[in-house]
Amino acid sequence: MIPLSYYLTLGALLFGVGMFGALTRRNAIAILMAVELMLNAVNVNFIALSRYLPNSTLDGQVFAIFVITVAAAEAAVGLAIVLGLYRNFKTVNVDEINLMKW
Amino acid sequence: MMEYIWLVPAFPLVGVVINGLFGRSYLRERAHLVAVPAAGLSFLVALLIALEVVAGRTLDLHLYPWIVAGHFQVPIGFLVDPLATVMMLTVTFVGLLIHIYSIGYMHGDPGYPRFFAYLNLFMFSMLILVLANNYLFMFLGWEGVGLCSYLLIGFWYEKKAATDAGNKAFLVNRVGDAGFLLGLFLLWTTCGTLEYGAIFAQTATLQASLTAPAVGGVSLVTWITLLLFIGAMGKSAQLPLYVWLPDAMEGPTPVSALIHAATMVTAGVYMVARSSPLYSLAPPTLELVATIGALTALFAATIACVQTDIKRVIAYSTISQLGYMFLGAGVGAYASGIFHLATHAFFKALLFLGAGAVIHALHGEQDLQRMGGLRRPLKLTAYTFLIGAAANAGVFPLAGFWSKDEILFAAFTTGHYGLWALGLAGAFLTAFYMTRLYCLTFEGPFRGDPAPARHLHDAPPSMALPLLGLALGSVVVGGLLGYPPEHGLVHQFLAPSLAAAPEAAGHASAWLLAGLSLGVAGAGIGAGTLLYLRWRDVPELLAARFQRAYRLLWHQYYVDELYDAIFVDGFLRFCRLFWKVDENVVDGAVNGTADVTMRVSNGSDWNDIKIVDGAVNRIADIIQGCSATWRYVQTGLVQNYLMAMVLGIFLIVSLYMVL
Repeated sequence: MIPLSYYLTLGALLFGVGMFGALTRRNAIAILMAVELMLNAVNVNFIALSRYLPNSTLDGQVFAIFVITVAAAEAAVGLAIVLGLYRNFKTVNVDEINLMKW
Repeated sequence: MMEYIWLVPAFPLVGVVINGLFGRSYLRERAHLVAVPAAGLSFLVALLIALEVVAGRTLDLHLYPWIVAGHFQVPIGFLVDPLATVMMLTVTFVGLLIHIYSIGYMHGDPGYPRFFAYLNLFMFSMLILVLANNYLFMFLGWEGVGLCSYLLIGFWYEKKAATDAGNKAFLVNRVGDAGFLLGLFLLWTTCGTLEYGAIFAQTATLQASLTAPAVGGVSLVTWITLLLFIGAMGKSAQLPLYVWLPDAMEGPTPVSALIHAATMVTAGVYMVARSSPLYSLAPPTLELVATIGALTALFAATIACVQTDIKRVIAYSTISQLGYMFLGAGVGAYASGIFHLATHAFFKALLFLGAGAVIHALHGEQDLQRMGGLRRPLKLTAYTFLIGAAANAGVFPLAGFWSKDEILFAAFTTGHYGLWALGLAGAFLTAFYMTRLYCLTFEGPFRGDPAPARHLHDAPPSMALPLLGLALGSVVVGGLLGYPPEHGLVHQFLAPSLAAAPEAAGHASAWLLAGLSLGVAGAGIGAGTLLYLRWRDVPELLAARFQRAYRLLWHQYYVDELYDAIFVDGFLRFCRLFWKVDENVVDGAVNGTADVTMRVSNGSDWNDIKIVDGAVNRIADIIQGCSATWRYVQTGLVQNYLMAMVLGIFLIVSLYMVL
């Protein structure tokens, strides 16, 4: 049996990678992907804890399914927004999208 | 050795990781140095394991509990038995040859490492599909090969037609996969497990409840097998879900050979054969499988007779041959279906690779009307292609003869005379269009552009070797495994994995039927030779004489147009409806609210200007003075805000820890 800490480390690493991507990437699609990565890091933790905690129920796994569903919806909406951005700005580089700037 | 079965899919997976991470930046034109050995090692291990299976060992290996959720438990595990072995050997051998072929064919392509990474990923998924020991793990491979198919059809993604074809393949397969998933759900609720061994062990004890009339007067096992078969229809391109396969020819030719002819499209047949203990309990489903198979076999063969794109002809031929496999499985002759699957993998991969060599030599020309007379410059390609075409047409003693004849024989002896007649008519057309294909490509005068035709050169060694290997396979595999008919090696070998076939009735008629199908094949070849070698102007006259029929076939029975009108346009109309609702109802409500607000605000305008503004302007002046320095915090870049948020969280958490 693989110890729990391995899964939690994997989740933390994934989350770190996702966070780094979301903070440093300039491409809107890459940022969306980074956000997905963070969501999946959370999923890894959910599943691992649901499996390893004593007398745990299936809540963690069910919650992971919810996260996946919401992530799918989020990706659909996010990509639609990116598409809309691209049509209006001819770019998906978030640096150049600054309508809200002072 | 058998315990190391996981090595077989693991080698290609390592190839994917290496080529995926370092292919573009480091390996580039050397990508095949990783991918080809990965496929080769996989084949070697498969071969060693096959030797043990031949010696009579089987193995149901549990590696790791993959999904554990209460009663729902799915392992990652492998089942090594004769059926899996036949599939594993076919996939690794044909896959290895096509990897080698791709070195020559894809040479100089900017996506060279990406291509090999996808190809290895496909090998991995396909091996998972055939080696899994439960339906869900198999489904992982099933979806994996679907993904690779999508990626490789759209490999040249700058080409609109290629990406469209990829999307079409993906979406049509989604329809089938929905059925497959529902079938899995029902299977689990019925049997409580998804492992082959456990399910098939239960079929005896659960037989009463499985076969008792359930929903809609149809037994549960019939529902399960029907739903699973919908998945097979999508993956194996059967009526009415075959439409994606002809378009899939937009992909590179080695892909057409490996995925869309030899291996992935046969996954449906494998799945039906693997589930044979279930299918044998559901006679209505078997009837449907056989009928759809026979209809598809004939339907696709008629279209193949008039197409002029070299790859499209072979694609329709593939659909037709897949129909034969399902016809075999549907009449209970699972072993014959799998046998045809294996022989078909050889000769159809050979045909595609031959077509690829022709296209390569002509610099991308695929139109049969601009070929001809290529036998002299492309000797090796022409002769190996001829072997493939003859094997596909069912010429004795090549591979296709043995397996196709067995299927027709099984259809006849089980009393499916109508389906047998359909299959026989299909066999005639098969021989005809294969002859037509060969003659139009390699015989007669050259009809293309004469300038580049002067320096045509035959396939380079990396492409010639796979052609020779597959040609050898097309010649010997049939007789070696299939003789004597019905009791050949392949039948004895596969018997433990499959539900028993119904005992054939009159063996005396076997030779008569074999003679008949040979005669039919001969007639088809004769007709093809006469029309496309001797009286070369007759086909056009015929096309003009029977214009309506010709146009119907040329437009592939207008099925694509029909689907476009019903499903695509229907969906778009549905979307437009929502848009209208959005525009009129939602926007209307918003605009209405805005209107009301405007009116009210007009009323309060006076009050505002005179009294409030005076006060506000004073305050504003003060605030503006204060904010001049702080406004630069508002950068408008979401990432800066996110950064601030992360730092804030970090600060709070660290404070919390410290205090």
